[in-house]
Amino acid sequence: MPSQDRIQSRGSKREDSLDEAEVTSVDSAQASRAELDQDVDSILDEIDDLLEVNAEDFVKSFVQKGGQ
Amino acid sequence: MSARRVMGIETEFGVSVPGHPTMNAMVTSSHIVNSYARLVGLDRPTLAHWDYERETPLRDARGFDMSRSDAHPSQLTDEDDSELGLANLILTNGSRFYVDHAHPEYSTPEVTNPRDAVLWDRAGTVIAQRAANAGPVFDGQKIRLYKNNVDNKGASYGCHENYLMKRATPFAEIVRTLIPFFVTRQLFTGTGRLGKGSEGQRKEFQISQRADYFEVEVGLETTLKRPLINTRDEPHADPEKYRRLHVIIGDANLSDKATLLKLGSTSIVLSMIEAGISFGDTLDIKDPVRELTRVSYDTSLTHQLTMSTGASQTAIEIQFRILEAAVSFCERQSQVDGDTREVLHLWQSTLESLQRDPMECVSTIDWVAKMSLMQGYIRRDNCSWDDPRLALLDLQYSDIDPTRGVAAKLEEKGALTRIFTDAEVDFAVENPPSDTRAFFRGECIRRYPDNIAAASWDSVVFDTGGDTLLRVPTLEPLKGTKDSVLAVLDASPTAAELLDSLRDPP
Repeated sequence: MPSQDRIQSRGSKREDSLDEAEVTSVDSAQASRAELDQDVDSILDEIDDLLEVNAEDFVKSFVQKGGQ
Repeated sequence: MSARRVMGIETEFGVSVPGHPTMNAMVTSSHIVNSYARLVGLDRPTLAHWDYERETPLRDARGFDMSRSDAHPSQLTDEDDSELGLANLILTNGSRFYVDHAHPEYSTPEVTNPRDAVLWDRAGTVIAQRAANAGPVFDGQKIRLYKNNVDNKGASYGCHENYLMKRATPFAEIVRTLIPFFVTRQLFTGTGRLGKGSEGQRKEFQISQRADYFEVEVGLETTLKRPLINTRDEPHADPEKYRRLHVIIGDANLSDKATLLKLGSTSIVLSMIEAGISFGDTLDIKDPVRELTRVSYDTSLTHQLTMSTGASQTAIEIQFRILEAAVSFCERQSQVDGDTREVLHLWQSTLESLQRDPMECVSTIDWVAKMSLMQGYIRRDNCSWDDPRLALLDLQYSDIDPTRGVAAKLEEKGALTRIFTDAEVDFAVENPPSDTRAFFRGECIRRYPDNIAAASWDSVVFDTGGDTLLRVPTLEPLKGTKDSVLAVLDASPTAAELLDSLRDPP
């Protein structure tokens, strides 16, 4: 869409850094899905260590009063 | 048109002590705020007062005042809570940190752009965590704080956005465009929730934390019969010129990019409304309250909303319509600021990614980040959605302690994108933004803490030991900036000298 290109091409320092960050997000879907699964698994290993030990009781005891 | 305007975020934190589910939340919340007061040396009685003189929570943007006897007690926020012993602080960064009902709440100082909103919102999370670290210990457990909106036992609490608008804009126009925008912006503002129904009865994943808690389209309440559009009309500024749009429908976001897009896109939509841009009947949704839930329940993003015209559109299509109108409006302007360009760019790339594969947003959009972890558990451990660890993950995603929080862990691993460094956030913990009246407020608290009798968004009340208190009104959000008051502050070692200079400018 030319209109959006124009907005982007006006450019700024902020946008340049945004562009770089987004290069990774346009990889082909399948490759990134497999990659994502690997990434998620390595993160899950760390989250396993992070999570409270007795999940069911911990969640049960989280009781709030209503707010706005 | 711009993403820039005076804005702010209020966050009510979930509060609990493990093993003590029945502990009084007003007490634990007060502990949090008072602990922070001691930590930063603001624990003096003079600073415990909020100046309520101009607060009018029962004024309705539709033009009538509710009578006080008709109001539910939880709507009466201007009764002086300090008499109940509920803590209330104004901090050197210009923010308010206090107990609201049964939650610690942090309200950012007024900022002028969505990036600063992200920064001072993050500062609030750091402030709250420092308060918890410095707080009391019960049977070896400190108070824990959560940046979320539900307990899955029926309670919901808010993360509200505030936008200063021109008073002249007709409220009906605001409502008409905002309803379809709000029903569909969950696609990027949702923080994700494992559980459907007000008590999370069904163990299924949905996009938004808040969607199950709205009952009407427009209304004044925030705790009962919650409306998509809240009409509370309390500008904290000159009421002839401004209205403050109080948005109660959003989720508390952990992702910086999600917060940036939430505030930025909403501000852009408001500026289109202020400019008189109308979508006619093309975005009118037939039953917006029910569609809010349906959009939230549909992680495939294919649900067709029924429009008033009889047509049907997906949430992404509605968002693209609004974005395209914003871009074309932007095109007609001779100059577009960097904040607006950044938000339009992020908005567009986010919608395009969501349309291709939501997982492309795994490092920027909270519900996608959260859902990908849950799906990871299900795949790796061959478990189901009702595995208790997934419910725990849902909760612990929002634990604000960086040693326990799952979102914080994702940030540490680079799997959730941060916008600001720790050093930048630390600056915002201590300092106000330079370009709003929050600068004057915050600097007065820092420089003259013993002489501030009370403060609020639109006033600072001084006590310099005389017979009367002196109230300095700050009704213009864009006055009292660093440029306009730093010299007089620097030239005034005492509050009395400051007041002399303000009364009789040199």
